[in-house]
Amino acid sequence: MRAVFRYIRRNPSLVLGAALLAVLALFVLVGSLVVDTEDARPLSAPALRPPSADYPFGTDRQGRDLLAVMVAGTPLTLRIGFVAGFIGVGLGTLLAFIAAYYRGLTDTLIRGIADIGLTVPGLLVLIIIAVSIKGTLTVNQMAIIVASLAWLYPTRTIRAQVLSLRERGYVEVAQLSGMSGAGIIFFELLPNLLPYLAATLVGAVSSAILASIGLEVLGLGPIDSPTLGMTLYWVNFNAAMINGWWWWWTAPTVIILTVFLGLFFLTVGLDEIANPRLRRSA
Amino acid sequence: MQLTYIARRFGVFLLIVWLAATLNFFLPRLSGQDPVRAKLLEQASLGGYVQGGIEEMTREYERRFGLDRPLWHQYLTYLHDVSRLDFNYSIANYPRTVNELIADALPWTIGLLGTTTLLSFGIGTLLGALLAWPRAPGWMRWLMPPLWALHAIPFFLLGLILTYLLAFRLPLLPIFGGYSTGAVPTLSWHFAWDVFQHALLPALSIILVATGGWALGMRGMMVTTMGEDYVLFAEAKGLKAPTVFLRYCVRNAVLPQVTALALALGQILSGAVLVEVIFGYPGIGTLLYQAIRENDHFVIQGIVFTVIVALGFTTFLLDVVYPWLDPRISYRRA
Repeated sequence: MRAVFRYIRRNPSLVLGAALLAVLALFVLVGSLVVDTEDARPLSAPALRPPSADYPFGTDRQGRDLLAVMVAGTPLTLRIGFVAGFIGVGLGTLLAFIAAYYRGLTDTLIRGIADIGLTVPGLLVLIIIAVSIKGTLTVNQMAIIVASLAWLYPTRTIRAQVLSLRERGYVEVAQLSGMSGAGIIFFELLPNLLPYLAATLVGAVSSAILASIGLEVLGLGPIDSPTLGMTLYWVNFNAAMINGWWWWWTAPTVIILTVFLGLFFLTVGLDEIANPRLRRSA
Repeated sequence: MQLTYIARRFGVFLLIVWLAATLNFFLPRLSGQDPVRAKLLEQASLGGYVQGGIEEMTREYERRFGLDRPLWHQYLTYLHDVSRLDFNYSIANYPRTVNELIADALPWTIGLLGTTTLLSFGIGTLLGALLAWPRAPGWMRWLMPPLWALHAIPFFLLGLILTYLLAFRLPLLPIFGGYSTGAVPTLSWHFAWDVFQHALLPALSIILVATGGWALGMRGMMVTTMGEDYVLFAEAKGLKAPTVFLRYCVRNAVLPQVTALALALGQILSGAVLVEVIFGYPGIGTLLYQAIRENDHFVIQGIVFTVIVALGFTTFLLDVVYPWLDPRISYRRA
């Protein structure tokens, strides 16, 4: 227990990140017990009320209770991020191992695609994909669209990690002792890669959320779902800033800030676990 | 040798152009949308038209637009059009061509993005270097936490907050657009000042966030570089501190920063698109936003293609300049 406390003191970013996300989780949890998320639909409250006792976050122009919107929308946005992030890191890990294991042409091909893909502005490619899909999007479709590019960065960085890991002494020992290729991957490489994968996952979730909010603000999101990005789309659509309806954009802004700061500090903290050499420099 | 390096980089650039065009061609077709039929049905429902002749009309129009030809033929025609930078007409702004619309918007985006990227890269790199330098003034250490926090925020979200504080609460700066409504774009000091004022808030929201990122990256690199033997040697030789700082530490630590810049351009642009939308800045981002709202597919495709090609070319330029910055890599396979 004492060791845990001592470590926490040395890695404050991890604690800060986890705390911010915990506050958010608590908000959603308590909120969903207190608030009826049905009020996140249009016309369930009087329009454009500033925060009051009845509507603590105010209401928007279409008559959504913004507190209900936040309670219903935060998990939706996080879901898009987590689904896309998991697919991205999963696919990335697989491709990274294939590239690092077979080397040669396969490696060149996978690395080449990842490198070129990374220089292309992701949001624009996602826009073309989203525009090509018929009808209104669902939250899950949104996650899959975002995931279609989410594997690029993980592939690149995990490949580099695997390449450096496989030169380590213990991998050589395992090889000499007759361990199979799959055995080495699962029992020698993966366990050592886990902290690094965790840090990459958090980073991927964060970029996936950013990409989904970007698409949504441009009007390419799930129109019927009250996600955080869609709320900002309506804010922009109705020019809430110029009209002085400050409460409309304050709530989603604060929540999105908490999400990004939380995930960022969590990545920094996990990076420090994964890469102890950073401890001196960061 | 130098030439093969440039040729290889240019090959990658051409590959990106081809990929962007192919993506633009095939993705909308994969979804099975039938643009002619959809448009005709829309017209028919507007005019209360009898649907009897729709099939023949669809076929006739498809023949005229060449949509009845085999896919590979359409693909080659498309590549040919794209190579001449012909992106067709805008559906919502007919008879203006997609090209004209993009040409109007592009200078705004290039101006805003070019200036902010160079400024934030320069300031951030210098700041990061100083943050790692032990002789730097003590108060600089207090800059770290805000830089970290700012770095994690999306551009446009900071834009929202800044707009509220500096344009709405304290009406110091204009809230919306690229120049005042009613102002006529002319080459005068008055108009330039107007444009500058309007650009300040969008620029600030990009610079504040991006500077943090560059400073953090540079600081990390500086710490590693300062541990190198040649720095110790330079100090032991009795070189002046500024010389060691600039010629030995910064000179070497800045190299990975330039590589990172080439990789970050796409992300910066994605972020800037949203900043333009939030501020109604008359650049590519706002044009794209309007095109999405009006379902103007040709404009969307034209913008995506143009931007990917422009960024690909910038990356190519950076690649060409890089060996000059770092003589060690010029002859190696990169």
